[in-house]
Amino acid sequence: MAVIGGGPAGALFSYFLLESAARMDLRLEVDVWEAKGTFATPGPGGCNMCGGIVSETLVQNLATEGISLSPGVVQRGIDSYQLHTDVGSTRIALPVEEMRIGAVHRGPGPRDVKDARWESFDHHLQGRALERGATLVPTRVESVVREADGRPRITGKDGTSRAYDLVAVAVGVNSTLLKIFEGLGIGYQRPTTTKTLIREYYLGQEVIDRTLGSSMHVFLLDLPRLEFAAAIPKGDYVTIAVLGEDIDGEMVDAFLAAPEVVACMPPGWKAGDRSCQCMPQISVVGVEQPCADRFVFIGDCGVTRLYKDGIGAAYRTAKAAARTAVFHGVSEQAFRAGYLPVCRSIAGDNRIGKVAFLATRVARRFRPLRRAMLRMVAAEQARPGHLRPMSGVLWDMFSGSAPYADIFLRMLRPAFLGRFLWAALASLWPRRAGLPIASPTGEAP
Amino acid sequence: MTAGGTLGRICQDGEVVIRQGEAGDCLYVVQEGEFEIVHELDGRETVLRVARKDEIFGEMGIFEKAVRSATVRARGAGRVLTLDKKNFMRRINEDPTLAFRVVETMSRRVRQLSDQVAELTRELQRRGTGQP
Repeated sequence: MAVIGGGPAGALFSYFLLESAARMDLRLEVDVWEAKGTFATPGPGGCNMCGGIVSETLVQNLATEGISLSPGVVQRGIDSYQLHTDVGSTRIALPVEEMRIGAVHRGPGPRDVKDARWESFDHHLQGRALERGATLVPTRVESVVREADGRPRITGKDGTSRAYDLVAVAVGVNSTLLKIFEGLGIGYQRPTTTKTLIREYYLGQEVIDRTLGSSMHVFLLDLPRLEFAAAIPKGDYVTIAVLGEDIDGEMVDAFLAAPEVVACMPPGWKAGDRSCQCMPQISVVGVEQPCADRFVFIGDCGVTRLYKDGIGAAYRTAKAAARTAVFHGVSEQAFRAGYLPVCRSIAGDNRIGKVAFLATRVARRFRPLRRAMLRMVAAEQARPGHLRPMSGVLWDMFSGSAPYADIFLRMLRPAFLGRFLWAALASLWPRRAGLPIASPTGEAP
Repeated sequence: MTAGGTLGRICQDGEVVIRQGEAGDCLYVVQEGEFEIVHELDGRETVLRVARKDEIFGEMGIFEKAVRSATVRARGAGRVLTLDKKNFMRRINEDPTLAFRVVETMSRRVRQLSDQVAELTRELQRRGTGQP
C-alpha cells in the first residue's frame, strides 16, 4: 500500500492501517511518499501551512487510540477563548477545568526559529506511523499511472518506481500533485477552496505568558471581507490566522491595525515584524468522489470540516479509509460502503455549518446583536455551575468541538432564542440591565 | 511537571481523580505518572492495581449507570486527560473499532483478575489443608 503525503492524514492512515492489519493477522507493507521527508526543516520546507490547533475532541480521540500528545509536541495548552468585538471582549472558559486543546507547530517552526524546543506535530505523528512499520520514501512523486491490471504505479523524482494495491492520497489542497489525479480518469476533481493567511510573530514565551496567556483570541470585527480571525499563542510564537474573501495585504493590514488586535499584543509590537507568512488555500467544499478502485482521498484533498478542526477531519477520514481497506477491501465498491458515509456525514454537517457561520456573520454586522452575545456570555461565565448556552455554542463554533448540526440545534432551542432576545433588548438599555460589558482584555471593568 | 504545553489535569501525589461511591460519566487516560486504583471497605483500603501511561480507567462509569467502584489517586505526580462520555459514545457510534482499545484493556484486567482469583483459591486451599 502507498500513502502520498506524510502529514497528519497520511501518517494516521498508515498508523491505523498497520494497527488494524496486526489485529487481523494481516501482513501489510506501507510506503509513505513525502517530499518534505521528516518535516525537520524550519520554514516552508518542513511546514504544512496550518493554524496548528489540535481540537478538544481530537485530543481526546487520539488519547483513546493510545496517541497521547506530550509537552514536547504541544507548545501551549489552551484553556479558554477570548472573544473580541468592537463592543467589548469576553472570556469563555473550557467546560472542564483542564487544558484539552493543544497549540502546535505543524513543522519545526517558522523560518527564523532560534531554538527548536518543540517537536513538529507532523513529525511526531509520522514517527508513530514509522514505529508501527511504515517506510518513508522521502522523494517527490513525479507520476502516478494505472498499470494494465489496474494497480497504481508511483514513480518518484529519484527514480524509485513501485506498483501498489492501494494508493491513499493525503496531499492537502495546496499540492501540485492534485493535477495528476484529476487526469487519471478516476472521477477525482479537487475541492473548492478559499485563501487564508497564516502569519507567525516571535514574542518569546514569557511575553506570551503575560499577554495572550493560554487563551485563543478570536476576533469578530466588522471589517470588509473579513470572515474570522484568531491569534493562537504557542511556545515562543503567536500565530495569526485570517479567513475571509479575497484576502490581500490591505485587508490584513486593516485587521492588524484594529484596536482590538493591538490591545491583545504586547506594547511595542509591530505588525510588520513578522517571522513567517503563508497564504494557503483551504477546502470549503469537499470532493464529490473521494474514492475509486484502489484510490482513496483522505484529509483536506478529500473531505474536511468547514473552517475548523481540519486535523480532526483528517483523523476521521484516515481511520475510516484504513478500516475499510483492512476489513472490506480496496475496491471502489468497498470504499463506497465503508468510507463514503463518513465523508458524506462531514459534508452534510458542513452544509449546516454554513448556516451557523451565517448567523455569526449577521452578528458581526449588527452591533446590538454583538452586545447581546457578549452580555449573555458575561452573565453565564459569572455564574459557574449554571447552564451556559451561549458560551457552549460559541465554544463549539470556535473550537470545532461538536458537529455543526449539534450546535445549530442548540441555537434553535426556544430557551436559547428567548435568552438571546432578552439580552438583545437589555443591551439597548445597558444601564438598566445592570450587566457590564467586558473590557478589551476580557476582564470586567 | 509544568502546565505550559501540557494537556489534561496535573495531579499531585495522593490527589484523588475518582472517588468510590460517587457518580461519574467520564473516563480518563493516563498521560504521565502512575495512578493507583484502590477499593475501600469498612475503612480499609486495598490497592487493586496501578494504571500507567496511555492506560484508560473509569470506563465502568460510562458503560454502567452505577457509582464508581473504586477510588483512583495519583501515586507521585501525574497527569490525566478526561474523556467526555458524549464525545466517546459519538465516536464509537461512527467508528466501532475505537472500542478495541477499551475491550483490550478490559480483557487484560479480566486476565489479571483470573490470575488473582486462582492465586487466592490456591492460598485458601493451602490454608484449609494446613499445607505450608
